[in-house]
Amino acid sequence: MQPDLLRIEGLRTVFKTSSGLVRAVDGIDLSVPRGKTLGIVGESGCGKSMLSLSIMRLVPPPGRTVEGRVLLEGRNLLDLSTAEMRQVRGGQIAMIFQEPMTSLNPVHSVGRQLTEAMHVHSPGLNASALKDKAIAALKRVRIPSPERRFDEYPHQLSGGMRQRVMIAMALACEPRLLIADEPTTALDVTVQAQILDLLRELQADTGMSIILITHDLGVVAEMADEVAVMYAGKVAERATARELFEDPQHPYTLGLLGSVPRLDEERERLLAIDGSVPPPFAFPEGCRFNPRCPFAIAPCRAELPPLREITPGHQAACIRAPVENALSLESAA
Amino acid sequence: MTPWPELRTNTMLRHVFQRLLMTVPVMFGVLLIGFLLMQVVPTDPAIVRAGPTATAELVQEIRRELGLDQPLYVQFGIYLWRLLQGDLGVSIINNVAVTQELGGTIGPTLELMFASLFWSIPIGIALGTIAAYWRGSVLDRFVTALSVAGGSVPVFFLGLMLIWFVGFQWQWLPFTGRGGPLWTVEGWRSIALPALTLGGVFIAPVARMTRTAVLEVLGAEHVRTARAKGLSESAVVLHHALRNALIPVVTLIGLQIGFLLGGAVVTETVFSWPGVGRLAVGAILSSDFPMAQGTIIVLSLGFILVNLVVDVLYVALDPRMRGG
Repeated sequence: MQPDLLRIEGLRTVFKTSSGLVRAVDGIDLSVPRGKTLGIVGESGCGKSMLSLSIMRLVPPPGRTVEGRVLLEGRNLLDLSTAEMRQVRGGQIAMIFQEPMTSLNPVHSVGRQLTEAMHVHSPGLNASALKDKAIAALKRVRIPSPERRFDEYPHQLSGGMRQRVMIAMALACEPRLLIADEPTTALDVTVQAQILDLLRELQADTGMSIILITHDLGVVAEMADEVAVMYAGKVAERATARELFEDPQHPYTLGLLGSVPRLDEERERLLAIDGSVPPPFAFPEGCRFNPRCPFAIAPCRAELPPLREITPGHQAACIRAPVENALSLESAA
Repeated sequence: MTPWPELRTNTMLRHVFQRLLMTVPVMFGVLLIGFLLMQVVPTDPAIVRAGPTATAELVQEIRRELGLDQPLYVQFGIYLWRLLQGDLGVSIINNVAVTQELGGTIGPTLELMFASLFWSIPIGIALGTIAAYWRGSVLDRFVTALSVAGGSVPVFFLGLMLIWFVGFQWQWLPFTGRGGPLWTVEGWRSIALPALTLGGVFIAPVARMTRTAVLEVLGAEHVRTARAKGLSESAVVLHHALRNALIPVVTLIGLQIGFLLGGAVVTETVFSWPGVGRLAVGAILSSDFPMAQGTIIVLSLGFILVNLVVDVLYVALDPRMRGG
């Protein structure tokens, strides 16, 4: 078996603020296999976007990655010089963001923004070669009449078109890894499906790996091979997508799945998880999910549970997992 | 890569034309207020014209000659009618046509404005960008302090300090009058101190506006995209942050140039620079009504033109303004 493309080990990113030390990413271990998609799921504020920015070393100040390693094909990105890291960004790892409206610069044409990225990573190309390559990139993401779009500005494009331009820009230099941070959240449902299809096709063509960050379990179910559920800066559960949906182990995952509406089940009301993600400078003692957890017992409030293997390839950070046991205990009592 | 996108000439021309039309009511207001201001001044131009020893009949005669015995609206009507024919009247003091005097002073004033903006805008923008990029650093604090200080120093004070030290004590540069056109050494030497004065007070507002605008753009998501593409920091700051920040900065600079015209009046007076501002001050002090009104018209026109240029620049800088 080939080694994983990306391995994240003990990654920790913190923000020093006036209200205390914010632990946005708090000791995360993950790996992304080659050619596969890792979905990262969680509510807003769980640290999933900070995790992706930490990989890119683009954490905005006063944030700082203080610990851990990010190994891309064995090379620790956190040890690279600024210039080397610039070659990685947009070269080996590319990123697309949630808001296609604001993620493109409104004052530069689509073509200029595309060629700019290419120019950095292949400085030998002249203007006309860059233009040809940019138009090819626009074609690849199925933008109609790419020659005309090349000269247009972002405000002249629809949201879906803009996200396609973002993808074209990201894939221009054939990255090994694409980090997609909520790539479809801001789009209409039909456009969402098109963009996801496009990503899947491009992945099949290029063999790149994808980290897909989303709060939408539907998107994960459709796209991801493996899933990590994040809660309050930590990984709560990790499994293959199939495993996670069929046999969720962490009460938080259960809650997330319970709050997805389904047509094939009659249910009086959706289960919602009470409360919200605790602010990262005020995490509760013990398991960070315990105040919202219906299965919480005294030990949950005492110690932070480590991620442990429940069944082969399926890990959860819960002392009560597997939850079937917890449930049967509860009904016995 | 075209750094300067071609403009859609048609929409642009229409835009300029609309803006020009809008200047008509503005100009009318300027003329009316300028005319009325001259009426509330407690001196009688006929007495000024007649001199201290004139008899009451002579004053009356002169008043009739100048049309001052007519009702105000008739005076204003006559004034407008002459103005439309390019006749701004004749100086009460020395009988020279106002247009002729103005013609000689517009050039030096434009020179002074150009020389002041030429150095102060780039320096202000550079300082503001540096302060925004290294926000909270010693550099930022230095720029902020400089802005506060620069913003609080009156033009005349800066001018007097420069005259005292650079001109008088150290005798490095001349400090009165205009030595010649800008392309001569004497021209450069003589404009240096006035331009330093007028530009000096302009750096602070430009730096402050640029800092705010660049800070805002640096937090934008497209700047993060630019970094994620692997662009160097200088490309991120120049092509993405500063380029976008120029849109509000240009607008604000345009507004500030109005204030700068006021500064030009003071600067020209302090340095005896033979421009429109000094002419205006002289005319007002000597109750030379036609001359004062003429200078007001020219200064107002200047202000309107600057705003027009800003409008056009604004459209050039922001593709979203170009319409579809």
